[in-house]
Amino acid sequence: MARAVTTQRKIINTTVAWMVGLLIFFPILWTILTSFKTEATAIADPPVWFFFDWTLDNYRVVQARSDYSRFLWNSIIIAGGSTFLGMLIAIPAAWSMAFVPSKRTKDILLWMLSTKMLPAVGVLYPIYLIFIKFGLLDTRIGLTIVLMFINLPIMVWMLYTYFKEIPGEILEASRMDGAGLREEILYVLTPMAIPGIASTVLLNVILAWNEAFWTLNLTAAKAAPLTAFIASYSSPEGLFYAKLSAASTMAIAPILILGWFSQKQLVRGLTFGAVK
Amino acid sequence: MATKASRAAARLMLAPAVILLLGWMLVPLTMTVIFSFKRYLPMRGGDLGWVGFENYVRFVNSSAFWPSVQATLMIVGGVLLITVVLGVALAILLDQPMWGQGIVRILVIAPFFVMPTVSALVWKNMFMDPVNGLFAHLWRFFGATPVSWLSEASMPSIILIVSWQWLPFATLILLTAIQSLDSEQLEAAEMDGAPPLSRFFFITLPHLARAITIVVLIQTIFLLAIFAEIFVTTQGAFGTRTLTYLIFQRVLESQNVGLGSAGGVYAIILANILALFLMRIVGKNLDR
Repeated sequence: MARAVTTQRKIINTTVAWMVGLLIFFPILWTILTSFKTEATAIADPPVWFFFDWTLDNYRVVQARSDYSRFLWNSIIIAGGSTFLGMLIAIPAAWSMAFVPSKRTKDILLWMLSTKMLPAVGVLYPIYLIFIKFGLLDTRIGLTIVLMFINLPIMVWMLYTYFKEIPGEILEASRMDGAGLREEILYVLTPMAIPGIASTVLLNVILAWNEAFWTLNLTAAKAAPLTAFIASYSSPEGLFYAKLSAASTMAIAPILILGWFSQKQLVRGLTFGAVK
Repeated sequence: MATKASRAAARLMLAPAVILLLGWMLVPLTMTVIFSFKRYLPMRGGDLGWVGFENYVRFVNSSAFWPSVQATLMIVGGVLLITVVLGVALAILLDQPMWGQGIVRILVIAPFFVMPTVSALVWKNMFMDPVNGLFAHLWRFFGATPVSWLSEASMPSIILIVSWQWLPFATLILLTAIQSLDSEQLEAAEMDGAPPLSRFFFITLPHLARAITIVVLIQTIFLLAIFAEIFVTTQGAFGTRTLTYLIFQRVLESQNVGLGSAGGVYAIILANILALFLMRIVGKNLDR
């Protein structure tokens, strides 16, 4: 029987945990608050917390000044495109390894994982050269392909661990009932695989959205996604905290929301199924 | 039982992933290895022929090399220490009964979803700026002179920023692991009169050992490669030039591809040694 927890103990737990949680979340909260201030209020000393004239001006300025929508669009295309392309390749691969395993399946999986360990900087110049050669530098398609390769091992692994959990007896039963390979895939496996596929998509969109090595090194003006757009704020030009905050809030908001849905999958995806 | 036909189909389904990844790995890797044995200066004459191991020797002997190894070790070591210790503490805290557990968990893991350029810039400007940063306000409030964090205390500042980003990852994984701990075992120990500290050291910590190992290995691989955090804060100045950043500068900034590639090969070897340990653990898990 579980121990009864005293109310007093629970109050202490709650207080401490909320304080720690708010402390960790504070930089994000502060960024969001600052994004609604004027530039003067943003740097006021002592800092202003909640009681200021809330304004949406920063969001308007950022959108108008910097073609924000183009960077956003680039991020969406690159993150979405690389995930979509990757899934086209990863689903069949994970599928075949989970349902028709062979002696080499384990070796192939581990080898795929090892390609993820390759430090990006070690192959920076070759990729750079290949990009120049094929005219891919500063294009969305180039970046989409690179990010697809970077995340492909994680996609295969994650899908594999999900597919592995689909019981084989169900397949046998459907075969006994005379289902062919096509029916089997369409009506039996797909419905059971959809949750796993959805979480894999979610995690990979997040990873691609936040990727900040290749996106910074392989793009300039045209194909730059939000990571590069924010980096362009690193040279200070006078008072700009409120605008920086507005731009940052817009860049992280979609992923924060997606991320909260994918907490559990995050653990599985990033530990390659070693912790579930 | 898989039939012969389904085996052939399976191979066909697996082939694109294997072939593409093989190409993605082998082509750039081969190029890096070839460049590393050449004197190759794209802006100053291009490919100037083979030079044997000269680049490897020069990379290690350059005055920037050992400081960069030191900076890398400090960042990786510092962040690991902070995230693992605080991660265990936070995981235990979040596992306690409380009100609003779900919301607290969301607050704690949120930093992980913030893109590296945003978190680096927010910390750099809004917290660590010596004039307008919140830390400066705080220091002045207590009558102290504000610190110019990223130049005077560059290493601790970078470690703080990166730890903030990775603490959620450690916490989340350790929390998942802690939740699989049999609470009856802890209760039995408590009834036998084991004090909280020994319960932690003899039951909780051993149970977490595997998860901690995984956190350490995965984080090490990602931490060795951190780039954006340095790119938008110090640009490698004030002793924060890591091995990754040094190679980046050699290759793209000074356009000495031969030298940079030799550095790249060192980085690849280092990452592979670590990867070997990680794969052994993950591989064991596959057999179960």
